[in-house]
Amino acid sequence: MLDVQSLAFGFPGRTIGRDVSFSLGAGEVLCVLGPNGGGKTTLFRTILGLLTRHGGSITLEGSALASLSRAEIARRVGYVPQGHSAYFAYTVREFVLMGRTAHLGVFASPAKKDFAVADQALESLGIAHLADKPVTEISGGERQLALVARALAQEPKLLVLDEPTANLDFGNQVRVLQRIGALAGSGIAILFSSHDPDHAFLCARRALLLAEGRVLEIGAPREVIRADTLERMYGVSVKVIDLGGGAHTCLPTVGR
Amino acid sequence: MTRISYLAAGGMLLCLVAVAFAVGRYPVSLSELLSVLTGQPVAGSVETVVLQVRGPRILAALLVGAALAAAGTAYQGMFRNPLVSPDILGVSTGAALGAVLGIFLSQGILFIQVFAFIGGLAAVGLVYWIGSRLRGHDPLLALVLTGVVIGTLLGSVIALLKYLADPYNQLPAITYWLLGSLASISPKEILYSIPLLLAGLAPMLLLRWRMNLLALPDDEARALGVDVRRLRTLVVVCATLMTASAVAISGIIGWVGLLIPHAARLLVGPDFGRLLPLAMLLGAAFLLAVDTLCRTIATIEVPPGVLTALIGTPFFLWLFALARRRW
Repeated sequence: MLDVQSLAFGFPGRTIGRDVSFSLGAGEVLCVLGPNGGGKTTLFRTILGLLTRHGGSITLEGSALASLSRAEIARRVGYVPQGHSAYFAYTVREFVLMGRTAHLGVFASPAKKDFAVADQALESLGIAHLADKPVTEISGGERQLALVARALAQEPKLLVLDEPTANLDFGNQVRVLQRIGALAGSGIAILFSSHDPDHAFLCARRALLLAEGRVLEIGAPREVIRADTLERMYGVSVKVIDLGGGAHTCLPTVGR
Repeated sequence: MTRISYLAAGGMLLCLVAVAFAVGRYPVSLSELLSVLTGQPVAGSVETVVLQVRGPRILAALLVGAALAAAGTAYQGMFRNPLVSPDILGVSTGAALGAVLGIFLSQGILFIQVFAFIGGLAAVGLVYWIGSRLRGHDPLLALVLTGVVIGTLLGSVIALLKYLADPYNQLPAITYWLLGSLASISPKEILYSIPLLLAGLAPMLLLRWRMNLLALPDDEARALGVDVRRLRTLVVVCATLMTASAVAISGIIGWVGLLIPHAARLLVGPDFGRLLPLAMLLGAAFLLAVDTLCRTIATIEVPPGVLTALIGTPFFLWLFALARRRW
């Protein structure tokens, strides 16, 4: 599905990360963890082709990313950005319909089939009741789900979510993680980033630890999320506790 | 809501056209108007008033109003900001400078129009070129601020030309033009500008769905499969073409491109496919109403730019106070 080899990435004229390699298969969930400014968003934007790679290769379903047009990428990869932008007061349905653009001709408007796909995306995320509300008048959690629905309307094979749980309350965080699990179950490959290592334990098959633009470790969450790796990344001491039955959690030590 | 808005706007437009034909120094009754329009003989100079004097002027008001509103709708969507208008990017000021230069050089009306057109396109080209070269800023912000700065610069060049102009012949003409006027429109001028207006409008109508995505942050629109830079360039060129041809007909009439798209958005929401036709209907109706008032409220003609500013300024401040809450 997605294959990244010795990737170097960054902004024009400034490389901020290098030697990143990983691959992702259908239905697999990979969680990228790392400190602020560690390059998570930049890495994602490079994988989406929004930034030009500085070296290495990115392959999507066997084709080099650089050889694909914007629309071809959009039909394969859905992107859920950190949703804090101001939008015009489009209704949630109109907003989600924008996900259909890559499937439409240049001069075309969404047709019946596109409305059906959009409504189904809303349905699958449990926000069908919001369809006619303006995106400016729903809560942050609902907006996050609307962004996921818009990405699903692209009918992607790979979903890239940039800190989908940021700014959400506890309940909405759990709900988003449940959706991620369910979507992976339907065969979509998922790449997401988070500030909370527990999220990797909860729903990712593998975790990628990214610090200063390099891969610290990559592997099963319980193997790579350890007290020493977390301390190296975040500079704080953390206990990783085995709760039994395959469940783990991270507990930071707050000095006393 | 959408259908009601369209019907109401269309009905209002028709009534306004009838009123605009009827009122003025030489009143025309509805039956006389119908007779002229159906080609039946009428007494006196009614036919001249309807076909030669008021007809072209009404047509010009409709075209200019619709064009400015369409351009404003495009700019507002594109810049994700309901407070921008064709004046942003320096289009209007550039066109004004071109026209003022034409008057200053004692050129005929055709050249003044060509100059206005070139001035508008050159201003937007310059703004775009500089704005895209300012790295390290939000590109949109860079573009808008460059537009404001260049607009101010061009404005001071206009002031210089006014200072240098012959105060008896040229200065009144320049002032008259800068305030905008629909008084002395010839059918020929209208005929010339229609193809340009259509050339600007057609791509916008065809791309109406995609135009919505320009209202998203660039990254999001690109991730949804849109070549943002190419689409935005195309839309800027189209909107500029429409603004410059409107300015070439009527001189500068401010505020239409800001007020009307906003009013239309309040009625039918931001979807471009619904918004654009309604904004054009409302823009045409608004400018026709303004122009009809301008030639009837006083014994002398009031420049329409003055009236739109009187209506526009409080509206703008009201919008500004509201802006953060709801677009």
